[in-house]
Amino acid sequence: MKRVYLDHAAATPVREEVLEAMLPYFRERFGNPSAVYDLGADIKEVIEAARAKVAGFIGAPADQVIFTSCGAEANNLAVKGAALAHLKKGRHVIVSAIEHHSVLNSARYLEKFHDFEVTFLPVNKFGQVEPERLARALTPATVLVSIQHASNEIGTIQRLKELTGLCREQGVVFHTDAVATAGQIPVDVKDLGVDLLSLSGPALGAPKGIGALYFRRGVRLVPQIHSGIQENGRRGGTENVPGIVGLGTAAELAGAELAANARRLKDLRNRLVAGVNDRIAGAIFTGHPEERLPGHASFCFEGIEGEALIFLVNARGICANTGSACASKALKVSPTLCAIGLSPEVAQGSMVFTLGGDNDQEDIDYVLAELPLAVEKLRAFSPVWRKKLAAASGG
Amino acid sequence: MKFLHECKADATADLVYRVCPMHLLEPAEFLKDLHQGQVLEILTDYDGALEDIPAWCAKHGQEFVGICEDEDEDVYKLYIKKVH
Repeated sequence: MKRVYLDHAAATPVREEVLEAMLPYFRERFGNPSAVYDLGADIKEVIEAARAKVAGFIGAPADQVIFTSCGAEANNLAVKGAALAHLKKGRHVIVSAIEHHSVLNSARYLEKFHDFEVTFLPVNKFGQVEPERLARALTPATVLVSIQHASNEIGTIQRLKELTGLCREQGVVFHTDAVATAGQIPVDVKDLGVDLLSLSGPALGAPKGIGALYFRRGVRLVPQIHSGIQENGRRGGTENVPGIVGLGTAAELAGAELAANARRLKDLRNRLVAGVNDRIAGAIFTGHPEERLPGHASFCFEGIEGEALIFLVNARGICANTGSACASKALKVSPTLCAIGLSPEVAQGSMVFTLGGDNDQEDIDYVLAELPLAVEKLRAFSPVWRKKLAAASGG
Repeated sequence: MKFLHECKADATADLVYRVCPMHLLEPAEFLKDLHQGQVLEILTDYDGALEDIPAWCAKHGQEFVGICEDEDEDVYKLYIKKVH
């Protein structure tokens, strides 16, 4: 059976070039970079070379990137580390209501254990934070604002420049989670005006277990992993050398291929969206129609449950998701879909397709052949859908 | 320990929240970029630096100028004059 993988926001296959670059650091070049003999000192240079590549990918100076174990750790270090470093100024942080769990739960941790006040900013129907709302939420006690670059659930890209400007004027540290955007659209820390920015390896064709955090020079962070002087005393623990090398290679490749990749993904995405809208009635396209990730298509299919749909298309070899990987597993209604104003009933029918470099037109056509059949099958015994049809026909 | 009231420096090494022994590794890097006679300011929240930095200066032939305490920020400011 054909397999079509359309969940690249959850994980991507490790690129061949990335794996090749990593392999020596599992075997003959296994040394600890903190060691002073050649086997260790050489590895330290390799780490710095990878750091320069990751920094170059986001337009940052090389000494302003910290390697972490994943995007979630980068988000934890940014939110908790920056907030705790500014206790003297105040105890108020602002995050959008549709952030990844690693941001939302870091903010809740500050609220519960450090007496912070947290503002969860609402978003508009497209999932964007409006500058006026942020301006109203800022107080003299605000020390940190964290708003994602784009949502991996509805694909919407935030207008970050309008938001970062407000924070810069008031001396408030601004963090963005760029896990969803890196490799899909240009990510430049200076252009965006951010102070902190999180990246994740698996979104770029690097393995799981590696991420990075950009910090603007002068932004203080309280370390969240306390150990030695790795990462210049900002993040302890022996470095994941193969992962770091992998992320460096993946970032370099993603940077070189960005424009062509985005064009290709957008064409495929448009084909998928047009096909779904043509073939399936009651399909609600979620997120912003234009200001969205090129490889991202998300829908809510009225009258059915997304989980059931995922299982059904999975039986036909199609891998897609109902939302963020962790939320969908917990069978909870997505906070993101609720935040953009969808009813829980409609939000239940969520399906998210995130395309990647290994997808082609044949994959999209296969989905367009299989998906309508699966939707029809589920709606055939859906009381909600029957009621909707009856209402529409006046019966 | 010499406490200073007026603190002027030509460069600053912000080592606040950077774990020990970063306060003994970074000053040398910053001093490389300064000229003889110029002053480096070290910001740190680490109490041990109050003993370590003067000792480091003595060992490496640099002049320890003194310390300022910034109570607003809860950080120490230590000053080193580059001798060579």
